[in-house]
Amino acid sequence: MTWNGSSLLIELLKRQGIRIVAGIPGGANLPLYDALGQSDLRHVLVRHEQAGGFLAQGMARSTGNAAACLATSGPGAVNLLTAVADAKLDSVPIVAVTGQVPSALIGTDAFQEVDTYGMSIPVTKHNFLVRTGAELLEVVPEAFRIALSGRQGPVLIDMPKDVQLAAVEVESLPQPGVADPSPEPDGAILASMARLIASAQRPVLYVGGGVVASGAEEEVRALSQACGIPVVCTLMGLGVMDPDHPLSLGMIGMHGGVATNLIVDRADLLIALGVRFDDRATGQVAGFAPRARIIHLDIDEAEIGKIRRPDISAGCDVKRALRRLSRLVARAPREEWRKEVDGIRREHPFACPDGDSHPGRLVQKLSVLAPRDAIVTVDVGQHQMWAAQWWPVRQPRSFLTSGGLGTMGFSVPAAMGAALANPDRPVLVLTGDGSLLINIQELATIAECNLDIKICVFNNGHLGLVRQQQELFYGKRYVASRFDARPDFAAIARGFGIHGCTITMPHDDDALRRALSVTGPALLDIQVPEMENVYPMVPPGKSNVEAIWKSE
Amino acid sequence: MEERMNGLPNTIVKLMVRNHPGAMSHITGLFSRRGFNLEGILCAPVDGGADSAMYLVVRNDERLEQIVKQLRKLYDVKSVAVQDDLDHTVFYRIEELLSEAALSG
Repeated sequence: MTWNGSSLLIELLKRQGIRIVAGIPGGANLPLYDALGQSDLRHVLVRHEQAGGFLAQGMARSTGNAAACLATSGPGAVNLLTAVADAKLDSVPIVAVTGQVPSALIGTDAFQEVDTYGMSIPVTKHNFLVRTGAELLEVVPEAFRIALSGRQGPVLIDMPKDVQLAAVEVESLPQPGVADPSPEPDGAILASMARLIASAQRPVLYVGGGVVASGAEEEVRALSQACGIPVVCTLMGLGVMDPDHPLSLGMIGMHGGVATNLIVDRADLLIALGVRFDDRATGQVAGFAPRARIIHLDIDEAEIGKIRRPDISAGCDVKRALRRLSRLVARAPREEWRKEVDGIRREHPFACPDGDSHPGRLVQKLSVLAPRDAIVTVDVGQHQMWAAQWWPVRQPRSFLTSGGLGTMGFSVPAAMGAALANPDRPVLVLTGDGSLLINIQELATIAECNLDIKICVFNNGHLGLVRQQQELFYGKRYVASRFDARPDFAAIARGFGIHGCTITMPHDDDALRRALSVTGPALLDIQVPEMENVYPMVPPGKSNVEAIWKSE
Repeated sequence: MEERMNGLPNTIVKLMVRNHPGAMSHITGLFSRRGFNLEGILCAPVDGGADSAMYLVVRNDERLEQIVKQLRKLYDVKSVAVQDDLDHTVFYRIEELLSEAALSG
């Protein structure tokens, strides 16, 4: 059968299970869009390519399946790269397909030509420049296999226009690309780990995004329960433990609880699962869990020993390893350690500060008003940390955040992807007035698709986390962190055709409830105090036990 | 340790790489992105042009293990070997080495 490159690409995407693809057409991907228009693939026209990438991420992060997005050459591809880099840092499986100028014009500085291949090397797991239509038969399944295998990540396929138009004779279509089987953990190593766990008196489980990617939350919960081991989560690991569980200690690190960080400091064994000892989690590395021996399990062998050399490690899938490990470790109540842990928690209670308008309180209120199965996406900054501290994340893949790259502008388009991939679940956005403006154009897409997303803007008129650092570490010299222009976001939302309202302080529960219960998308512009800080905070470069708890 | 044993600050990492126009960028890009030192590269096609043999001169320090692990993750890299038995004189023996590489695959 004869295809052209474009129709073949669309067919291969469909065979990978792609049903929705986000993007923007342009000169160098018009043949792709022509083929797309003749297929039953649903296209979502975003208003900025970066949002197309984040939309794909929202689908992938909320479901665990690979998602795809499209952009044209030049500015389209460059705009997309921020979202691709974001997916690299948080190991999110997306496949981006960019149009490129015709092969004969590559290297001539043709209109809308950039070296997409060269620019995307450091921010993708792998990338391809397709040279012939027939190569697609190999490249597309490979792209998905790479995105989904081992430590997941983004793959970019750059496709010159002539390749999109080229006739391809195909005898039979290839099988879809699937994840490679993960390496089997070594039995002897698991046995040593079990012995180390059995001999530990003060063990702590330190869990991250790798546990979510592996789907190992039940195994972690079971190990914690059986062996009386408290669990700390990184930002990316939130949801692995139910926050109401007595062994759940919440988030570790720069904005983690004082008790949480102290308990890690006391530990004699740290069981590190699907984590990369990121600086925001560890603080100063030399002072991180200084008394602890380390067990490190991660699917990415290169993470083992990158920051902290473990005593025992395995480069393997966390879920498979824990399933086998659980049969090797004996149940142990560890009553003494649990008593000590409870004592530290009582001594350093992690309670939301008083004051009806405190943003942490607002997070708590919203979490009570929102349905329990809601997916939350957050942006980057103070509201993100308040959300990480006070939103009860009960299940993995229900709290989507840009953890590694820290990209402001993430929340709204990621919520669009989450809403499209989970049409039966409510989606809530928590964002700031700084982050919202970075992808506010997507309100048009939300209105167009009538996506049921409630956007809660924590409006303090500042780049709050920048202002906070200037206050604490730069002698209160506030530079470029205050917005003098204060847009009326409710009016802007209405301008896009979305319900908009302003909620003043103190935050009235009924007003919040009314706004959250409107049918269809809504934006709540919620005023919060301008000068509030996120506490606790470990100053950059300090050890986690040196957190500051309030302003001088 | 090896540094003290053979007294050399550098060592050679030998790669077999899929030969296509982007492979070199992936490898040199890794070194700049991760802040690894790369003192020299020797690269030539082997096996009728399907693969390339690459000899990288790198600092023999505590980051070598991480360099090797990161190189192993690259899609186009088929094998990685630290060759303590080689030094910068490989650059004078290019013909000999490439014919060896071609034979060993």
